[in-house]
Amino acid sequence: MNEPAFFETTAGPGVVGQPLNRVDGRDKVTGKAKYSAEYALPGLTYGVLKTSDIAKGRIKSIDTTAAAKEPGVLAIYTHLNLPKLAKTPNDPDGKKAIGAPMGFLPLTSDVIYYAGQPVALVVADTFERATHAATLLRVTYTAEQPIATYTDPKAQLFNPEKVQDGKADGYTRRGDARAAMASAPVKLTAVYTHAINHHNPMEPGSTTAVWEAPDRLTVYESTQGVTRTQKSLATMLGLPQDQVRVVTKYLGGGFGCKGSCWPHTVLTAQAAKGVGRPVKLVLTRRQQFTSMGHREDQTQTLMLGASQEGKLLSLIHEKTSTTSPWDNYAEANSKIINILYDCPTFESHYQLARGNVMTSTFTRAPGEAPGSFAIECLMDDLAYQLNIDPIEIRLRNYAEKDPSTGRPWSSKSLRQCYARGAELFGWSKRNPKAGATRNGRLLVGMGMATASYPVHNSQGMARVRLYADGHAVVQAGATDLGTGTYTVITQVAADSLGLPPEKIRFELGDTKLPTAPNSGGSVAAGTVSSSVYMAAQDVWQRLTKVAIQDPKSPLFKAKPEDVSVEKGRLQLTKNTAKGEDFMALMKRAGMDDVEGSGQGKYGAGYETGRPGNPAGPNNNTESTGEHSMHSFGAHFCEVQVDPDLGTVRVTRWVSVHGAGRILNAKTARSQIIGGSIFGIGAALMEATLRDPHYARYTNSDLGDYHIPVNADIPEMTVEFIDEHDPFINAMGVKGIGEISMVGVSAAVANAVFHATGKRVRDLPITPDKILGTKSV
Amino acid sequence: MENFTYLQASQAKEATAAVRDHKGAAFIAGGTTLLDLMKLNVENHNQLVDINMLAFKGVEQTADGLRIGALERMSDVGENPLVMQQYPVISQSLLQAASPQLRNMASIGGNLLQRTRCGYFRDTAFPCNKRQPGSGCPAQEGENRNLAILGGSKACIATYPGDLAVALVALDAVVLLENAKGKQRRVPLLDFHLVPGNTPQRETVIEPGELIVSVTVPAAAHARKSMYLKVRDRASYAFALVSAAVGLDVQGSQIRSARVALGGVGTKPWRSLTAEKILTGAPATEATFRAAAAAAVRDAQPREQNRFKLELAQNTLVRALTDVAAKA
Ligand SMILES: Cc1cc2nc3c(=O)[nH]c(=O)nc-3n(C[C@H](O)[C@H](O)[C@H](O)COP(=O)(O)OP(=O)(O)OC[C@H]3O[C@@H](n4cnc5c(N)ncnc54)[C@H](O)[C@@H]3O)c2cc1C
Ligand code: SF4
Repeated sequence: MNEPAFFETTAGPGVVGQPLNRVDGRDKVTGKAKYSAEYALPGLTYGVLKTSDIAKGRIKSIDTTAAAKEPGVLAIYTHLNLPKLAKTPNDPDGKKAIGAPMGFLPLTSDVIYYAGQPVALVVADTFERATHAATLLRVTYTAEQPIATYTDPKAQLFNPEKVQDGKADGYTRRGDARAAMASAPVKLTAVYTHAINHHNPMEPGSTTAVWEAPDRLTVYESTQGVTRTQKSLATMLGLPQDQVRVVTKYLGGGFGCKGSCWPHTVLTAQAAKGVGRPVKLVLTRRQQFTSMGHREDQTQTLMLGASQEGKLLSLIHEKTSTTSPWDNYAEANSKIINILYDCPTFESHYQLARGNVMTSTFTRAPGEAPGSFAIECLMDDLAYQLNIDPIEIRLRNYAEKDPSTGRPWSSKSLRQCYARGAELFGWSKRNPKAGATRNGRLLVGMGMATASYPVHNSQGMARVRLYADGHAVVQAGATDLGTGTYTVITQVAADSLGLPPEKIRFELGDTKLPTAPNSGGSVAAGTVSSSVYMAAQDVWQRLTKVAIQDPKSPLFKAKPEDVSVEKGRLQLTKNTAKGEDFMALMKRAGMDDVEGSGQGKYGAGYETGRPGNPAGPNNNTESTGEHSMHSFGAHFCEVQVDPDLGTVRVTRWVSVHGAGRILNAKTARSQIIGGSIFGIGAALMEATLRDPHYARYTNSDLGDYHIPVNADIPEMTVEFIDEHDPFINAMGVKGIGEISMVGVSAAVANAVFHATGKRVRDLPITPDKILGTKSV
Repeated sequence: MENFTYLQASQAKEATAAVRDHKGAAFIAGGTTLLDLMKLNVENHNQLVDINMLAFKGVEQTADGLRIGALERMSDVGENPLVMQQYPVISQSLLQAASPQLRNMASIGGNLLQRTRCGYFRDTAFPCNKRQPGSGCPAQEGENRNLAILGGSKACIATYPGDLAVALVALDAVVLLENAKGKQRRVPLLDFHLVPGNTPQRETVIEPGELIVSVTVPAAAHARKSMYLKVRDRASYAFALVSAAVGLDVQGSQIRSARVALGGVGTKPWRSLTAEKILTGAPATEATFRAAAAAAVRDAQPREQNRFKLELAQNTLVRALTDVAAKA
């Protein structure tokens, strides 16, 4: 079995929120936990991709002779012999039906659109033989001059109607922002650029595909959503969805790049079909850079109009970025700028240029991360310009309701976040003057920024099977990205069933289990915990029915609504002496187990002990509900800058968030730390370099694509504001995977400004930009 | 990656002969450069000759200085008390290099022969004169932030990426080589690495089949009072944007002898004799250090993205000289 077993713990009942150790921790550090590429299936073969050397043009020829002769080589697939799929994403309808992240599937034609595009897939009996054979393929091309980015003079900019794959508007307008800008007493304009970033999870993308029957496929996949992958594969392969099984028991990080079904997955399935044996394909690190999307290179121009007192009057935002030849993808940066502060007018535009790149995709806090960089730096500029404290300027523009819709917030603890963060950080001791604080040779700077992330509620299912011997198995087809889903859901199930957590086994990551949404958009904790809670309620309702019909039960003939459950004991709410333990009840009734299922619902059932409020027409989704649902938080950062050497070190960090119910104090803290480090990486070092002439990356490995190491990160202080949100979902959980990195790069940049008096608006803030001699 | 055969050599002769007589063979020590480049198909070898059993070991004091066996590991040399006390710049250059895991594997000889991190060199899809002579140098007009401002040519501007060689070249280290005939020769490290000129594929004077046996470093006052300062994009585990290896012998307030080398800026470990000349005999003041730093980069030819290295190299050098002069 490849999931955490029943385990030992000292935690008592009421375990939700407690800093329980990871239930899968031991399996992971001992190597027992099997990741998707570690299934040693009988007859397993190995697939290796050969990718394009050029970024634009056509394949002239592929000579497979030498490769095919190599011992152990079973098949070589190219656009000439890849079995035809029922559907490809190459046309908009196909793309939509598949739910594909990219409107193009490699190996379906001879056209090359981007560097690193797969041109062949070699299958052999060992990994080494497949790798070697791939190097023996001789591919010739007719190359054309590619376009690398939107700054290329040949690039043609256009205004898309929709961005983010149709999910966000290309143009937004609220009030007359231009007129308000024209008459604003204070006007600021600034341009922000953001380097290409790659998710770079430790575990690269991988697929192991095995056909159990000619029309039945199992895929061990490195994905954030088994169900989405199942649907995509089934659609492309022309199979009923239930004939495809997708399994992801453990994931070594995803950050968005594993949120969709990318080409290598279906190509592996095709290859497995072709060779009649299971095929495993693991992307190399270099292939990872051109196989699962990225955060696009982008420029934002933000204009701000304000009163002399620092009250916002107008915000105008423009973003220009590179997209692929087929899709209009841009992270929706403007959303957060539209909701963060009380500003009467707002306008935003997107501009795109088609480059010879694959389609970019959601990357942790897509839109919110770079968008918050722009607005939070400009708010800082406003504070300095008007001589107002950076926190005070934000309080003067505090949004009491969602400015973009006028709806009230379901909950918002941002004021407390500012106050508590400032206290923990010692903000009051900060000298407001920039460039005035020193520590020997080093300049010391302190900056802060606001964070916010929407609560994307998704519906998901869960099943709970409670055994008469006092343990339970809980199931949901969710994914644990490595962040603690196994653990927190075990805690929720324990509390909901009144059992100690070691009596619960939670199973996830398999399409055979009840359907759960993708673990993305920070939805997993809220949705899955709520579904499990509801499933447990279902179990109690079933047992209540049994009890009130059982003449031997103390609850015989009681009305169901008069019965409640306390730590596994069914009892009369008004006379708790009258009742019995579920084990006694089940034994007497001859029930070995009882099973309940649940769907994450709106309304705080866990808070009230009642099932969640029914989903009504007005509280369905974020956009149609009565409330606007967001998490909020604040980051505080101290940096020390060496003005001669240009180095910036983060020396202190405080994050305070209001994110609804926190299910596990330890894993939640780790999430915030992880997200903040992700943000510090984007702020100070992460950048994928794309050669301007060849449209090809020049640093696609972890030696040259820098992500923070321990030495870059100080001790971090993380706190949560106690928040009980009765509107969002049954457990009142908002999710924290992404808010943790929103505002981080701005907090760092603001601290750098405070240290040096120099405003760097071009991420990452590397030493050359501090020195200021970088030529333009 | 090509298939290769593997041979473990127990004698130097066996190793050198195997490489000399087998076209496409290469020595393997720690393998941290070699296997990386083989996996990228940048280097292809059909035979690997493992030299780890050879007796090229030892970190010891000799009559006139220090001797380090070529097969000593970076971590062992970096943490050796003799090296730390008498040659701090060497120890620091090693301990600020790579990661603990890499330092535990990587050898001193292999370290000197590590190859550039130029992204075009490391990807066979690009042209690159170093990898494929005559194919071109896209770095000149491309991503050259990390590349050299000193010692470049029209053919190649790739940075020599290592740290240790920068410290060693500053301290007049000498490399002991041995060929298949068992003949040994001594090459000053200053002459060991080559600037690219028209032949960027030739990086050192080492001949095919020749082994690095050891490195010797003369003892000197400026070696005892020395330091390595490395500036990089993250706090640890990154190649140098710029680094400075300096040693000073200061008597009273006057500099009696000085050693200066720069890393991250040159196509080879960049010793600056002109900077040393300015320092020698001059007072140990900031003005002197500034003048020496300016001289060290006088011949620099920066590109669009690496222009900042001009200022950064000077600041780094001034900082290192200031700090080392202030040492007791
Ligand atoms: C991610 C990463 C980061 C790194 N960061 C740094 C850094 O910050 N600073 C730094 O200085 N270095 C850095 N390095 C380079 C590292 O130090 C070198 O790879 C290492 O020192 C090479 O030693 P090795 O024993 O592994 O050599 P090998 O890979 O075994 O050999 C390298 C070359 O030298 C030849 N060779 C080896 N030994 C001998 C010998 N005795 N005689 C003749 N030829 C020989 C081999 O044939 C081969 O051509 C980094 C490397 C990596 C992969
Ligand atoms: S700088 Fe040298 S190594 Fe880099 S591309 Fe040019 S020739 Fe190749």
